[in-house]
Amino acid sequence: MADPLLKPLTPLGSDTPASATIGPVTITEVTDTALASLAARRGQDISAAAKAAGIPLPGPGRAEQAAPYAAFWLGPDQWMIEAPYATHEDITAVLKPVFTEAASLTEQTDAWVRFDVTGDRLPALFERLCNVDIARHGAGFATRTMLEHLGCYVVIRTTGHISVLGPRSSAASLYHALTTAAKSAF
Amino acid sequence: MTQKNRITGGQIDRTRTLSFTFDGKSYAGHPGDTLASALLANGVRLMGRSFKYHRPRGPLSAGSEEPNAIVQLRSGARQEPNTRATVAELFDGLTASSQNRFPSLSFDLMGVNDLLSPFFAAGFYYKTFMWPAKFWEKVYEPIIRHAAGLGALSKQDDPDEYDKGFLHCDLLIIGAGPAGLSAALTAGRAGARVIVTDEDFRMGGRLNAETFTLGDQSGADWATATVAELAQMPSVRLMPRTTTLGAMDHGIYSAVERVSDHLAAPLAGKPRQTLWRIYSARALLTGGATERPIAFENNDRPGIMLAGALRAYANRWGATVGDRVAVFTNNDDGLRTATDLQAKGIDVAAVIDTRTGGPLLPGIRHLQGAEVTGSTGRLGLSSITIRHANGRSETLPVTALGVSGGWNPNLNIASHHRGRPVWNETLAAFTPGPTGPVGLTAAGAAAGEMSTHAALHGGANAAIAALSDLGRTATKPDLPSAEDAPLNLSPKWYVAGKGRAWVDQQNDVTVKDVKLAHQENFVSVEHLKRYTTLGMATDQGKTGNILGLAVMAELTGKSIPDTGTTIYRPPYTPVAMGALGGRSRGHDFKPTRLTPSHKWASEQGAVFVEVGMWLRAQWFPKPGETTWRQSVDREVLATRACVGICDVTTLGKIDIQGTDAGAFLDRVYANTFSTLAVGKVRYGLMLREDGIVMDDGTTARMGQNEWVMTTTTANAVPVFRHLEYVRQCLYPDMDVQLISTTEAWAQYSVAGPNARKLLQKLVDQDISDAAFPYMACGNITVKGTRARLFRISFSGELAYEIAVPTRYGDAMIRALMEAGREFDAVAYGTEALGVMRVEKGHVAGNELNGQSTALNMGLGKMVSKKKDAIGMVLSGREGLTTEDGLRIVGVKPVDPAQPLTAGAHLLGHGKAAIAANDDGWLTSVVYSPHVGSSIALGYLKNGAARIGERLRAVNLLAKTEVEVEIVSPHFVDPEGDRLRG
Repeated sequence: MADPLLKPLTPLGSDTPASATIGPVTITEVTDTALASLAARRGQDISAAAKAAGIPLPGPGRAEQAAPYAAFWLGPDQWMIEAPYATHEDITAVLKPVFTEAASLTEQTDAWVRFDVTGDRLPALFERLCNVDIARHGAGFATRTMLEHLGCYVVIRTTGHISVLGPRSSAASLYHALTTAAKSAF
Repeated sequence: MTQKNRITGGQIDRTRTLSFTFDGKSYAGHPGDTLASALLANGVRLMGRSFKYHRPRGPLSAGSEEPNAIVQLRSGARQEPNTRATVAELFDGLTASSQNRFPSLSFDLMGVNDLLSPFFAAGFYYKTFMWPAKFWEKVYEPIIRHAAGLGALSKQDDPDEYDKGFLHCDLLIIGAGPAGLSAALTAGRAGARVIVTDEDFRMGGRLNAETFTLGDQSGADWATATVAELAQMPSVRLMPRTTTLGAMDHGIYSAVERVSDHLAAPLAGKPRQTLWRIYSARALLTGGATERPIAFENNDRPGIMLAGALRAYANRWGATVGDRVAVFTNNDDGLRTATDLQAKGIDVAAVIDTRTGGPLLPGIRHLQGAEVTGSTGRLGLSSITIRHANGRSETLPVTALGVSGGWNPNLNIASHHRGRPVWNETLAAFTPGPTGPVGLTAAGAAAGEMSTHAALHGGANAAIAALSDLGRTATKPDLPSAEDAPLNLSPKWYVAGKGRAWVDQQNDVTVKDVKLAHQENFVSVEHLKRYTTLGMATDQGKTGNILGLAVMAELTGKSIPDTGTTIYRPPYTPVAMGALGGRSRGHDFKPTRLTPSHKWASEQGAVFVEVGMWLRAQWFPKPGETTWRQSVDREVLATRACVGICDVTTLGKIDIQGTDAGAFLDRVYANTFSTLAVGKVRYGLMLREDGIVMDDGTTARMGQNEWVMTTTTANAVPVFRHLEYVRQCLYPDMDVQLISTTEAWAQYSVAGPNARKLLQKLVDQDISDAAFPYMACGNITVKGTRARLFRISFSGELAYEIAVPTRYGDAMIRALMEAGREFDAVAYGTEALGVMRVEKGHVAGNELNGQSTALNMGLGKMVSKKKDAIGMVLSGREGLTTEDGLRIVGVKPVDPAQPLTAGAHLLGHGKAAIAANDDGWLTSVVYSPHVGSSIALGYLKNGAARIGERLRAVNLLAKTEVEVEIVSPHFVDPEGDRLRG
């Protein structure tokens, strides 16, 4: 773990994650998840290795939760792997022995800001943000979409719990968009 | 003022009274009223002046097709011009004012235009203001603008907010009249996802305006009950106050919801309006029909309106337009107005029916074969003149006249995507044709199914068909019995006469104007429109277009469909610009990207510059510094003398992995990378296929199959996109994986003679020159935190770039500044960065201008001939490789006191400043505190061979000319001893 010399800030620039409750929804900055992109090297089948390590490899447009790993699909033979930050701070170092030279792993933990939106009537919020038909999709849906002009991932954990992953440098703009839309919707 | 024309009945809430003002005068109305219905109830018929002739006008309609009652709503920053009183929902405290009059509505000096009307006929502008041409913009147009009838903008920022959003459905139903509600009931009960939009605040369409029954209920009650049932269905979304504007591509429709227009001001956080993008699998147009007038002389007086509107005001709003009314019709629907009004106890003086032979209305003076030939009344109707079937003329005192020339299906949206309407002889109207937007069908009056029975069944059948298309089954609900009377229309377009008969009341286009257009050979409908302005402005000819077409058809001797068809563009009705902009305005116009050091830099008072979406620190002013140059000079000098720190996170970082990553880099870079040792960095030049330089940057080999490429800030995305293209399309067999890591790492440049000493205080590993030589890279730790170190230099000094996970970026800049305190470390911004790279002769965006080759940049040797690479072949094209082509050079003024300006062109002494003598230009200019003068990089013909030559730097725009000396582009440490130190 890091020496106290360097203290982390959240993507919104604070010591502690931000959270706002507006009407029936709560929007929370999530910083306790480590991320790594996993891409099978050409011609390599990594499903057995992933299965043995308990890493789900969901199909296109899907997300899957397991412990300690969760994952959502990024592209052909490519996934975003999620794991608890506390145990997987150096996530690629942890995953490298699982896949060795069969896959490419890239740390993505701090490339993204993640906001979890929880509560009832989430479609009423998201219909003001992106063209994803939230009401039609249930838990386990994941897609990339445009939100506040930003390329974001939207992952439906449960019908009452949706994660939005956006570019970290635009965390403030994204948070503003989410809270503004919530105030408008509710 | 009392509501003297308020009668019994209607769907208004009389338990509550709303007060409002029109032209400063107070009136009372009720919830459920529109501004027009409330004004009529108060005895106000005069609501506006016409566009061109300033003729007094009142409402022609009771809906969104309104051409006349165009008013300005609200005041202050919320003032909104050109709104239709007929659809403005009344609220307590509404203020409205009339437009296009001076000084007042009842006494309008501009009414003189009406007396001068012979001069203002069709084509007037084109004929009159042609000469002299230069007078148009400065003289003619302002005069015309002042005289012509549009409202005024407040010229203040719109205080309201607007949302945009996305909706999804199986079936979009556009219009909630009998057909739309019946369709919604059918689809909703089948469990389909249905969206029903209706521009009105009360759903039901004409059912709210008519007295006939549906089963044992009134039409309005059936509509209310049906809406209540639909509201209970979870899969149905009812959207009143929502106008569907048009059909976009692939089943997408745009619609604007007026969320707060019926309130004095939006509630906190709520939008005034929302622009929805509706994704539909199928769509159904049930938008009803619009009544059209019959033109006759002086048919535009306040009090003369469409017959259906006249009874709508009575039936729905309990408002009568006058105490003694007449009806002028060519169809049976017009007769309903007479019977309805009489039932309300209003004196119906006569029904003037152009037809002969049908049954006579009982108890009403029903004049068959007659027509209305004129009207009188200064600011409102006082009498009409009738020509009886036998030719006898009669003047009849009335204060209101309802006119019905038939109904035009509202096919506007069906005509998008260039859907061609088809002519229906029975209705003498166009109906939607088979060629409109794919997935859209029409039902009810919009499809020419004019009776209520036909609309109910047509709507249900269309819903069943649409769902069947989607593989779903729906059953027809038990629909109530309803009237199924034919229209019995006998076409009558205008009454012949000498005076002016108005076709398009919004644009003051008369039958005579159409005749003039024909006479001058503007016979095509498109020419007719442009020549006469028929169908322009806010109503887009909803009441006038077919009438104008019919007049033209008569003149050409052709049928109406042979004369032309009118189709419509989106939007269906006018849209506030704010709704189109949504929340993307002002500060929120686009998202902002903040660097990891942003918080710290803000604390230092940094001046920021927008670089794309990024905000970067431009310089860091210190107390006492009064100009930016003082700050930048200090930052440059301190960096070269001691050490400086700069946030370079914005440079693109692309993680490249795979067993073929080295070979891949050999393809995308002009120079070779596959031979680079692990733990080393190399500068790379990336070419486009045409041989021109695309981007440059360094790429580090972090492991056998792991590389990190950096790009310029501006090209981070284009380069990533290019690499993906190359990977997926050009070399799909290579084992390469790419992902951006720009945001994942906070990266700082630490440059200057004390850079190593500073960093060694923080880095846990040995970074001596022996252990970490020039162009080394590696994974390190900063007091235990994982980090990456690259020994690369943009400034020409001993320099490193150190990267930590972004969450530590703020702590890292603070740690670097703290550790650098003993060395007088400075933070430097993008200006100092620019000065130092020009001093060092490094190319950047100004030189990477999309026109320049490696050879131009003095980097020709980097294009390896030993391997194939993108752009390698075409970079050798004849013309790109001439010996005396442009080469990068350094430029400085002979007199150090003289400033250079970027963009200045290089010319020989005695040469005229013309393109033929142009020898090159200055690409980047900075003030170099090191040299003590302006310095520049530039492209100069045969530049490498002209070092020491004196030329003129001429800038014709800035009107400057400076004598300059051509020098090496390396102003600082040309041998590179410092960065290897």
